[in-house]
Amino acid sequence: MNWAIIFEAQNLALYGQGIVTTLGLLFSSLAVGAVLALICALALTGPFPVLRWLVGAYTYVIRGTPLLIQVYLIYYGLGQLEWIQARWDSVWPWTHFKQPFFCALLAFSLNTAGYTAEMLAGAIRETAAGEIEAAQAYGMSRWQVLLRVVLPSAMRRTLPAYSNEVVMMLHSTSVASAVPSMLDVTSAASRVYSDYYLPFEAYLFAAGIYLTATFCLIGVFKLVEQHLLAYLAPRKH
Amino acid sequence: MNDYYLAILNGAVLTVGVSLAALAVSIVLGLAGAAAKLSGRPVLVVLATVYTTLIRGVPELVLMLLVFYGGTIGLNNLLERLGSEATVDINPFFAGVLTIGFIYGAYMTETFRGALLSIPKGQAEAAWAFGMGKGQTFLRITAPQMVRYALPGFTNNWLVLIKATALVSLIGLQEMTYLAKQASAATRSPFAFFLFTAALFLVYTSVSLYVLRRLNARYSLGAKRGQL
Repeated sequence: MNWAIIFEAQNLALYGQGIVTTLGLLFSSLAVGAVLALICALALTGPFPVLRWLVGAYTYVIRGTPLLIQVYLIYYGLGQLEWIQARWDSVWPWTHFKQPFFCALLAFSLNTAGYTAEMLAGAIRETAAGEIEAAQAYGMSRWQVLLRVVLPSAMRRTLPAYSNEVVMMLHSTSVASAVPSMLDVTSAASRVYSDYYLPFEAYLFAAGIYLTATFCLIGVFKLVEQHLLAYLAPRKH
Repeated sequence: MNDYYLAILNGAVLTVGVSLAALAVSIVLGLAGAAAKLSGRPVLVVLATVYTTLIRGVPELVLMLLVFYGGTIGLNNLLERLGSEATVDINPFFAGVLTIGFIYGAYMTETFRGALLSIPKGQAEAAWAFGMGKGQTFLRITAPQMVRYALPGFTNNWLVLIKATALVSLIGLQEMTYLAKQASAATRSPFAFFLFTAALFLVYTSVSLYVLRRLNARYSLGAKRGQL
């Protein structure tokens, strides 16, 4: 074992850069994914059969195929389409499809949206009928019931499952290392490995970083859950 | 062009092989882990807890690279120290199967532990009262009932495991993701090949889901369900 090399300044800087990319990718894809998931969950539980079917098909495909292939499809695949080729040199949103970070972000956002939408839809469906009836009895409109009663409670009840999804996403960001020129924690480790031929040290250090990040995320979610789900906890007195 | 599709279809056989072999490893490790966690012996409990906590806190890909690259060097260093001139290369199939099996063994441990805890204690006690040994009790009484409680979690683990096999392509196993990437590099039509591979994965997960749902229905026969 030769840990001294890992702790040399330039290698620590490499891992540092990797942490910035990994966390940036994680939080931005979670943010975009959450917005998409909310829209999809509303469509899944909404009154329009066509929307339900379309979004259901979307989540089914996303959840039934590996993330790696979704990343490949967006990063390598879309470039094959002439329609995009004609636009990605000049026309605005399409210029981003040449950037690895954007492609990874898009793939991860679409992926987490698919999983989160199903969780949220499940929580919305399981809202106690009495709560909705009570809201209706107060004369609230459909949207008011949704915004004031159903969503706040459904989002809270999704938290425990969502914390799993966030940890899963943290681990999934390692797939970004399959995209050339992305420097996340895993590719930083791969670079250290190939520069010094030290696989154990390089990857174990990366594993330690992920483990620390995982425990931090779990800790934060525990605190948030204690606060937001206090009303569901067993009585203490 | 069609040859590439055929090659990817051939690679699907390897995907199925890797996933089933890894599943077998993970079931064995999961049962051992669950037994250790429920054994009540402090050393075993701590070991199993460390195993499940560490493994579930690190990405599959990092563990896979660690086992594949680290394992190769570790084995060669060991051989060198033993005075042997030979060098070994770890086969990506075994590296993939062992790593995926080892990782999902941790998830299976939790699933099996939960299932074992769901079986009323009286069942095993009744079996002991009949004079059955520990092994007989497990095979005749506990295991068949465990299947029902474990199946939902098992189904989830299995679907995630199938999708994890795509990562083995990154350590050079020529399963369908790897072949799709090769084909798209050779023909410059990546979209079609990756879409085809995605479709194959979707077929695999859909068939699995269908079979496991049927199995679940079979094992839930006679189980009372509460009606709201």
